[in-house]
Amino acid sequence: MQGNEEMRLEDLLYKKSEWLKGTGPKSDIVISSRVRLARNINGFQFFNWAKQKEKEDILCAVKAAIEKSKFLKKSLFLRMKDLTEIDRQFLVERHLMSMEHVIEPEHKGLLVDDRETVSIMINEEDHLRMQVLQSGFNIIEAWRISNEIDTDLGKRMHYAFSPRWGYLTACPTNTGTGLRASTMLHLPALVMTNQIGKVFQAISKLGLTLRGFYGEGTEAIGNFFQVSNQVTMGHSESDLMDKINGIVDKLVKREETTRNILLSRSRDEISDKIWRAYGTLKSARIITSNEAIKLLSAIRLGVDLGIAKEIDKALINELFVLTQPAHLQKIEGKLLNPSQRDYKRADIIRKKLTEGK
Amino acid sequence: MQCDVCHKNEATVHLTEIINSKMTKLHLCEQCAREKSAEMEEHFGLADLLSGLADLVPIVGEKQNAAAEVKLKCSSCGFTFQDFRKTGRLGCPKCYDTFGAQLSPLLKKIHGSDTHIGKTPLKKEAVQNKLALLSDLKVKLEASVRSEEFEQAARLRDQIRALERKNRK
Repeated sequence: MQGNEEMRLEDLLYKKSEWLKGTGPKSDIVISSRVRLARNINGFQFFNWAKQKEKEDILCAVKAAIEKSKFLKKSLFLRMKDLTEIDRQFLVERHLMSMEHVIEPEHKGLLVDDRETVSIMINEEDHLRMQVLQSGFNIIEAWRISNEIDTDLGKRMHYAFSPRWGYLTACPTNTGTGLRASTMLHLPALVMTNQIGKVFQAISKLGLTLRGFYGEGTEAIGNFFQVSNQVTMGHSESDLMDKINGIVDKLVKREETTRNILLSRSRDEISDKIWRAYGTLKSARIITSNEAIKLLSAIRLGVDLGIAKEIDKALINELFVLTQPAHLQKIEGKLLNPSQRDYKRADIIRKKLTEGK
Repeated sequence: MQCDVCHKNEATVHLTEIINSKMTKLHLCEQCAREKSAEMEEHFGLADLLSGLADLVPIVGEKQNAAAEVKLKCSSCGFTFQDFRKTGRLGCPKCYDTFGAQLSPLLKKIHGSDTHIGKTPLKKEAVQNKLALLSDLKVKLEASVRSEEFEQAARLRDQIRALERKNRK
């Protein structure tokens, strides 16, 4: 697995991630579904408190256990400290790992399967953070896969677990099931009609939380929101899943009806907005990441409403990720400062939109 | 107290900034605080929020308790409850036993419960399966007695005794 790491990492650049395919149930509103499990191994200290040597031991122990698993045969193992910061950022932009893995790379690892559906962060806050990503409203399938892998890995290492507290994690907010299930939603109609504030309130009352495109602490740009469970203890995995499913189902229906109302009342205004966005993206020479995401969001809505039928949705999904800073720099093959990136971003979008019609 | 920015809503977020040894205090309502969020992000980081949560563990109470808490130290990793207050993270899995009394109310605050429901690992030697293991062994013991495999039975009997002794502790 060593030696050709760089090559395989480069391969990802020209591959579409599974979650960007724009397929799966309700994929006009639900971009992706994700399940994340936090696990630690008994007999070791939690990562942040462990001494340097112990940190390295954890990395080796987890890596060895994972490599034996039949579910992860075709996967790529990356040591964070061997990668450049751009490469690490690139993996964050593909939703394969968190920012914490970028900032302090020492003793940290990442395992990604060949379809980019499964990724396991080693030594993030917990010894293992395994994630399964699915396109569309597919949270149950994501849980099924992660449950299977977790059970298998549980036979290969001794998880830190207590009958009373459940899976023991470094932070008490993850203790219990260690499960965080989330869906990424595109809710432009709810934003346009100022209903999103109410959604925030309702969701927090249910022990769920709403976050931006890149998870915790990020801004909700381009009308993308992540709904995930806040609570991890006192509810079984299937209960947590039911809760998320229930609320996402309601949000999807609400968004659908609002889209229909908008279409019937102000079709021309909406269509104007969408085609202006398209026009800008096809002509702009300099564009910031925020502007690009906002305009791409409008086009996505246009595709979903049947206004811009001829545009390929998978292409729009792909552009959300390709226009992120690290992706641009990897495509260009060199470091770019923010203003150079704005040129490059406009370039790629123009090219892709012209080709992809 | 009114919000310093909009002068309309009640201020619920109180920010103290020290820049070049000059201290300024800002009182904001939730909405204005959120609008200021880009520069305030670090103030609302999860660690801060959590160490805030850790403060919910009553410190006042009886002085004895407080003194006992200060002395609490995980025998396995040397982590103290003060460390937890600072970082919002624990030192090792054993810390959950060491600080059980302090963590229980905190977990209830976070999750609405301090008891796990759901998946348990399959591993046989794992603690939670002790009872299942015990009944397993007893069934096997009966079977080996019946089939007159006495050596095997003796081994099983010793295992059961050892397990039961552990459970009583």
